[in-house]
Parts: sequence; structure tokens; C-alpha cells
Amino acid sequence: MSAQLTETTRVETAASAAPDRKLNPFVRAGALVIALLAVLALPWLIYPPVAMDIMAWGLFAISIDLLLGFTGLLSFGHAMFWGTSAYVTGIIATRSGLPFHVAILGGAVVAMLLAVPTGYLAVRRTGIYFAMVTLAFAQMIFFIANQARDLTGGENGLQGIPKSFFGVELIENEPFYFYYAALPLILLGAFIAWRTVSSPFGRVLLAIRDNPARARALGYDVERYKIMVFVISAGIAGLAGGVFSVSHGFASLQELIWQTSGKVVLITVLGGIGTLWGGPLGAAVVVLLEDYLASSGFNGIGIITGTIFVLIVLLFRKGIWGTVADLVARIRGRAATAAQGKRDA
Amino acid sequence: MSAFIQYTLQGLATGGFYALAALGLAVIFGVMGVVNFSHGAMYMLGAVGSAVLLDVADIPFWGALVIVPILLFLFGVLVERLLVRWLLKLDPLYNFLLTFGLTLLIVDLVKRKYGVSGLPYELPAGLEGRVTVGGLSLSSYQLFAAFFSVALCVAVWLLLTKTRIGMIVRASTEDAERTRALGINVGRWVTPVFGFGIALAGVAGVLAAPFRAITADMGSNFIIILFAVVVIGGLGSILGAVIAGFLVGLVEAYGQAYAPSYAQVLIFVLMAAVVLVRPAGLFGREEAS
Repeated sequence: MSAQLTETTRVETAASAAPDRKLNPFVRAGALVIALLAVLALPWLIYPPVAMDIMAWGLFAISIDLLLGFTGLLSFGHAMFWGTSAYVTGIIATRSGLPFHVAILGGAVVAMLLAVPTGYLAVRRTGIYFAMVTLAFAQMIFFIANQARDLTGGENGLQGIPKSFFGVELIENEPFYFYYAALPLILLGAFIAWRTVSSPFGRVLLAIRDNPARARALGYDVERYKIMVFVISAGIAGLAGGVFSVSHGFASLQELIWQTSGKVVLITVLGGIGTLWGGPLGAAVVVLLEDYLASSGFNGIGIITGTIFVLIVLLFRKGIWGTVADLVARIRGRAATAAQGKRDA
Repeated sequence: MSAFIQYTLQGLATGGFYALAALGLAVIFGVMGVVNFSHGAMYMLGAVGSAVLLDVADIPFWGALVIVPILLFLFGVLVERLLVRWLLKLDPLYNFLLTFGLTLLIVDLVKRKYGVSGLPYELPAGLEGRVTVGGLSLSSYQLFAAFFSVALCVAVWLLLTKTRIGMIVRASTEDAERTRALGINVGRWVTPVFGFGIALAGVAGVLAAPFRAITADMGSNFIIILFAVVVIGGLGSILGAVIAGFLVGLVEAYGQAYAPSYAQVLIFVLMAAVVLVRPAGLFGREEAS
């Protein structure tokens, strides 16, 4: 029983997490164009701040999937990177008046610096222990932020974070234009995640996920790779958290609390573990649902999100993206068999 | 010096809740390989349950101490039968996530029914006063809570080491496959063990009710500290869970006394130190890697 815990986790990942999937280059380019168009059209279709939330939570979920789907590590403490960057971004933006892009990048760098010691300690344990250790460290950061009132504002949080951008008032005041100004940071994070996964470095991560002992025997320093991907993931989570705090104009303890770490894991699992792009889909569902529930005056959002979580884990473990990918693969497979049958006849 | 003894007693009482709940967590983990995230919520249900029993049926603390754990045992059996069971063969992360979802659900249901402000509860009859021992004035309820949790931990220890039931449970923890081969129906023990673990969290909740604020959120910090406790003690080890529980309770009490703003942080510093020096925990076995 405990033998399964000594290895890196085995979770059901979607087909796209397998390294040998080849897509037709035209299909790939087409998919990329459609995805970009969807992202660009989003603030036309829904309230722009909500669209920004979807993108921020989507990127946050991508940072979780990088660890869970592609390295087999469940971080249940990623709120510490999201929240730390939210605060640092807020402090830089408020005190220096630099353009918000610089503040967010600063927040992401601090999140990565925080990931070095926490990652170093956390990778000493695997599986469920890794989740518990990261969770505990995140709670520690929560308490420290609560105590450091001079910097974080304690219970009140940081208010009035400016969207400084060279005095361009449209971007600084209109959420619609702010969305497009902040989008490059989201795309940068997504690009880093995609490059990480599809590089030789990413292949080593897959090897570690599937069989850590074998990866070690092949001469890879498993712990070092895990720390490196943990730091990269923290940086991506930091970008997302920085965008979130500038978009809302405040950073609060809510950003560091463990329920935030749980919410992003929920989004990742809902989107599909090991799909990378499932994250934004899951984020769209969760953010829109919460927005709807909040505006309809329902109190007790946890009743709905908790139930969804229980149902996904029991019945729907591949998530939205994974299920669709499976369906497509099955239909294609059937078409291929049918074509084969015709030729034989 | 008398203040120090006061803090020690307070630490032992708090540590008692952690030890009891961590014991439940460790037993469930040992037999089923499940890390129960909803343990904090079950602790909260224990405390809220006591307050509701008093309010609705006029049942005092002593009645709650018997009734609430039984109710939570039944609730645990239900959760195991309906939900947890279906994921036992999969990666343990799935049950971790399932019980996380369950926590959100339970906490918000309680919040909806009883609000966010604390429910009233009083010190139990016979334990309102203070005891004077050699010039020291100690809260008799804290004294009782500390002794009761130590006694209950010892009782569970005896149950696990000296009885046939305990032998079966320990054997299933060690090697479920071989225990099955010896003609024991391991599957039959899974449900009551889960219920038993939940009931222990409930006992901790009832004990906490008279001197902690009873709110829907009281379990949300508790569960994280509980995880720190089992990481320190070594999750596989039942003895480790109990000792680490009291240790963390003492650290918290001394921290609150001498460095109040960083009392909570100290626990996690302790955990980081243990992970650094002995990754498997103080009483855990090294994992092969």
C-alpha cells in the first residue's frame, strides 16, 4: 500500500501528455489561430474584468499542470507564488509608479526566488507528502504576510494598485483595453510552459513522471530537475498572480489562503491533467460559474464547487480537454478502421 | 516558573486535540492509504455538533462526548461506502482531492445553516473552576482535556497492540496482501477503520468546543497544522502522530506566550527543519527512492 506512495504519482493524464503524438502542421497552425482569435475575442463576449480573471486563473492552472501532468508532482501550495507575486507586484506598482508590466515581472521573479528554498525542501518527499509539505509552506507564507502589516496591509490587504502604463488613460482606466495590454504577459507564461514541455528538458520530466528510478539510473539528477520545473512553474504562477492583482487593483490575504491553492487544482483537474491547454477551459467554467453565483446572491459557493470537485474526481477524471481528446481519437480511430475495411473489400 | 507550567498545560491540552485527530488520520492512512483532507471539517463538525446538541436537545458536554463521536462514526461509514471506496484502487491523490471537495461542501453547508459567527458553548458542569496545586492555579477544564486525550491515546494504543482487532488492523497496515493470504477479510475492516478515524477527529472537536470559538472555519487552519503534525511524526507511524501532536501543541503554546505574532509560523519552521534533517519524519521509515 505504501509502496505506491514512494514513487512519483500516477494520475490519469490525457493523450496529449504522451510524447509521441504528431499533429498535421496545418491542423496545428489552424488550432493555434483559432485559439488566439478566441482569446482576442473574449472581452467582446463577456465583461472584460471577468475575461481577465479567466486568463489569469487559466495561466495559474497551466503552472499547476506543468508540475502535476508533466512531472507528476501535485503542489497544493501554489497560492504562495500567486499571492506573493500579487503583493510584490502591488508594492512595486504603488511605490515606484513603474509600468505595470515591470511590476508584474518583478513579482514573478520574487515568486521564483521563494520557490528555490521551498522547492528544495518539498522535493525531498514525493506523492501525497509533496502535496502536504507544499500546503504547509504556503500556510507559513500566509501567516508571515498576515504579520508583516507594514508591507502587506495585514487583514486589509493592499488597496489601490495602479495600472500605470506611460500615462495612457485608455489602458489605465478601461478594463477592456487593459485586457489587451496585459495579455502579452499571459501569452508569455503560456509560451514558457509550452516550450518547457516540448523541449528535451520536458522529456526528462516525463521520464521522471513515468519512472523516477529509471530516470535516475539513466544519470539524471531527479531532484534537480524537479526543483527547476518547480521554479519555472512558480514564475508562471507569479505572472498570473501579478496580472490578477493589477487587474483588480488590490492584493489581499485571500490570494495566499489554501483555498486558493485548492481552487487552482480544481480548475486544472476540471480542464484535464496533462493537457496544458485544459487549464484555461477549466478556468472559464469555474470563473463564469462563480461570477454567476455571486451575482445571483447565492451564498455558499463552496457547496457548488465542492460538489463539482467530488463529481469530477469520481466520474470525470480526464477533465474537459482529456475527454474531448479521447472522443476525437476514438472517432478518428473508427474512421481509420472503416477506411481500412473499404480498401480490403 | 508558574507561568511556564501554565503554558505547558495549555500546550498539552491543545496538543491533545492534535494528537487525537492525527491518530485518526494516521490509522486511516495506514489501513487505506488515504490522506483524509476532510479531517479538519470532521473536527469542526464535532465542535458544532456539541453546540447544536446543547441548543436543540439540551444535551450537555458529557452527553456530547459520547453521542457526537458515534454520529461521526456513522457519517464516516457513509462517506467511505458512498465515495472514498470507489477511488481506493487509484492513485492516492484522487482521494486527497475528493476529500478536499468534501471539505468545501461541508464547511459551506454549515456556514449556510449556522452563519459565520461563533456558536455559544460553556465549560462543562463540574469543570468550571480552577485547581490549585502547590501554589499554582490551573484551569480544571484544561487539566481534564490534557489528561483525557492522553488517556484516550493510550487506550487506542492498547486497542491496537493488545487486541485481536488491533492485530488485524496493524497487519493490514503492514502488508494488506499477505494479511489477506492469511484468511483475513481486509476489505471488511476498511469501513469501520475509516469511521473510527473520523470519530477520533470528532472527539477532538468535542473537547475543543468549550474553549475555542465554534465556527464553520475552525477546521480550516486545524487541518493544515494536522498535516504538519503527520509530516513531523512520519505519516506511516501511529506513535509518531501522537508524539508530534503533543510536540506541536507545546510549540504553539510556548510560541503564543513568548513570540505571539509568530506562534503559527514556528510550527512550520519545525516542520521544515524535520523535512530537512529526516525527510521521512521523526518516527517514519525512510522511503526507497
